[in-house]
Amino acid sequence: MKVLVPVKRVIDYNVKPRVKPDQTGVDLANVKMSMNPFCEIAVEEAVRLKEKGVATEIVVVSIGVQQAQETLRTALAMGADRGILVKTEGDVEPLAVAKILKGVVEAESPELVILGKQAIDDDSNQTGQMLAALLDWPQGTFASEVTVDGGKVSVTREVDGGLQTVALDGPAVVTTDLRLNEPRYASLPNIMKAKKKPIDEKSPDDFGVDVSPRLAVVKVSEPPARQAGEKVEDVAALVAKLKSAGAI
Amino acid sequence: MAVLVIADHTNSALNDATHKTVTAAKAFGGDVDVLVAGQGAGDAAAAAAKIDGVRKVIHVEGEAYKAQLAEAMEALILPMMGGYDALFAPATSMGKNVCPRIAAKLDVMQISEVTAIEGTDTFERPIYAGNAIMTVKSSDPKKVVTVRTTAFDAAGESGSAAIETADAPAGPFKSTFVSEEVSKSDRPELTSAKRIVSGGRALGSEEDFQKYMFPLADKLGAAVGASRAAVDAGYAPNDYQVGQTGKVVAPELYIAIGISGAIQHLAGMKDSKIIVAINKDEEAPIFQVADYGLVADLFKVVPELTESL
Ligand SMILES: Cc1cc2nc3c(=O)[nH]c(=O)nc-3n(C[C@H](O)[C@H](O)[C@H](O)COP(=O)(O)OP(=O)(O)OC[C@H]3O[C@@H](n4cnc5c(N)ncnc54)[C@H](O)[C@@H]3O)c2cc1C
Ligand SMILES: Nc1ncnc2c1ncn2[C@@H]1O[C@H](COP(=O)(O)O)[C@@H](O)[C@H]1O
Repeated sequence: MKVLVPVKRVIDYNVKPRVKPDQTGVDLANVKMSMNPFCEIAVEEAVRLKEKGVATEIVVVSIGVQQAQETLRTALAMGADRGILVKTEGDVEPLAVAKILKGVVEAESPELVILGKQAIDDDSNQTGQMLAALLDWPQGTFASEVTVDGGKVSVTREVDGGLQTVALDGPAVVTTDLRLNEPRYASLPNIMKAKKKPIDEKSPDDFGVDVSPRLAVVKVSEPPARQAGEKVEDVAALVAKLKSAGAI
Repeated sequence: MAVLVIADHTNSALNDATHKTVTAAKAFGGDVDVLVAGQGAGDAAAAAAKIDGVRKVIHVEGEAYKAQLAEAMEALILPMMGGYDALFAPATSMGKNVCPRIAAKLDVMQISEVTAIEGTDTFERPIYAGNAIMTVKSSDPKKVVTVRTTAFDAAGESGSAAIETADAPAGPFKSTFVSEEVSKSDRPELTSAKRIVSGGRALGSEEDFQKYMFPLADKLGAAVGASRAAVDAGYAPNDYQVGQTGKVVAPELYIAIGISGAIQHLAGMKDSKIIVAINKDEEAPIFQVADYGLVADLFKVVPELTESL
């Protein structure tokens, strides 16, 4: 079975984002960029499915600027087979990403699409669900366990109350949560091999998708800063402070 | 103008997230209807009818709605949207799962986890783990919005809206509910608790997590939360995780114990009213947001604290 994994290039999760003084966005100049951590988990899951003999081919796709190619290379070094870069000028909203991905699915005919549950830059948590809707496929979101058995996909989901297991009639969309797996680091030989793996370049027009945004950014501002308080000496002092603050 | 709110419930009870979402929907404007789709959800529907400012409750019963799976919810809600200008749901695991499906089918961009509403097209929402607040203006004809519940007060319960029943779409759907493992606890629910004690990697084991955190929680009548590191290591179940990609909480009192204060954790708790941090490293970033910081070994001071309450 062919597996498609969409991967997004985002600010590295260790970097503290800075809002631009003119309030037009977050400053990404000279900032370390990496693969979205949830997408790494998605790639890892696909590679494990291939190692188990369930997946036959893993195609990774990224929608973004030219440098998103580096993100695709990382995925190829982890074990994906080939990449597709859908080149755009800047960021594309989840709805347009989902429409482009629908086009990729129609061209590639995968039986499973594994996405991250959330991109850590826009924190939207919607692309996978939107793609599933546009394809009329079932979805298993926030997955902590995925098993594929013939045409059925069983997904254990991290939900507010605990864990929930659903059965999906494939083809299906899965989105990853943190506990699904621990992504591997690519080995040096695999990084070298990945340089030779093919990456196709496309544009949104190839899929007939209009990427103009639906949400206009009015401004991006700093959240109200929280002042650091005081250090207390010991438990007795802490209890006294909490009592006088009316917290206990 | 009219707004449809998707109720978050457990069939037997309505979650408080629903009341908060109604408040957000009222700030948006227009008539507010609440959809309660479930199996044996009569009590939840009755509770929804009591929420202040609700025009009517639409109650739908069906086996496929027991767990409110997205495919069945889409089939139910999409045809209703002709009569509404907006769809609102809490940004719970249900809301996050269901709403984008409907947004995509309506060809609109969902606005996720809004924290403020300025009129009918402009919304504030946190991005980059709450390190930035974005104000967006939507040009879509209908709005699909998920609501960060910590940003809105719960609507009161003195209403008496009419309850209408509607038929469930026939199905079958491409996803089916198999089973669930619900964490059971007599403690308050994390997202609505007034007090939370939250433990990190420093607790070291599931056994010690329970031994040190639970008695303190019980003394305070608090809910128990955890950092990602504590959940990943198996000290606490996944639904305890507080943070950017876990639960967002804003209690009166949040006590972080053996948690370093990574931005992903702060994203989920920095709007708490009073924050206490107990950490043996005085440089730990958690102290930058804490009102009261105690630099100490948790294994020594947590029992002392529990004892002295
Ligand atoms: C995509 C992504 C999403 C994430 N989402 C979340 C999220 O939602 N929530 C979340 O919490 N994290 C999240 N994280 C993880 C986050 O980056 C941190 O790794 C995590 O919060 C660290 O947990 P911790 O503070 O328990 O552990 P550590 O960072 O290891 O901190 C342990 C702390 O305990 C202190 N300590 C040790 N021993 C003692 C002692 N005896 N007494 C007192 N103090 C002691 C240490 O000084 C240290 O500060 C996410 C990460 C990624 C990449
Ligand atoms: N520009 C993009 N290119 C490729 N995949 C994307 C892109 N944007 C979002 N995704 C996928 O959708 C997931 C969820 O993103 P979001 O809905 O933006 O939070 C990500 O983890 C990716 O798997």
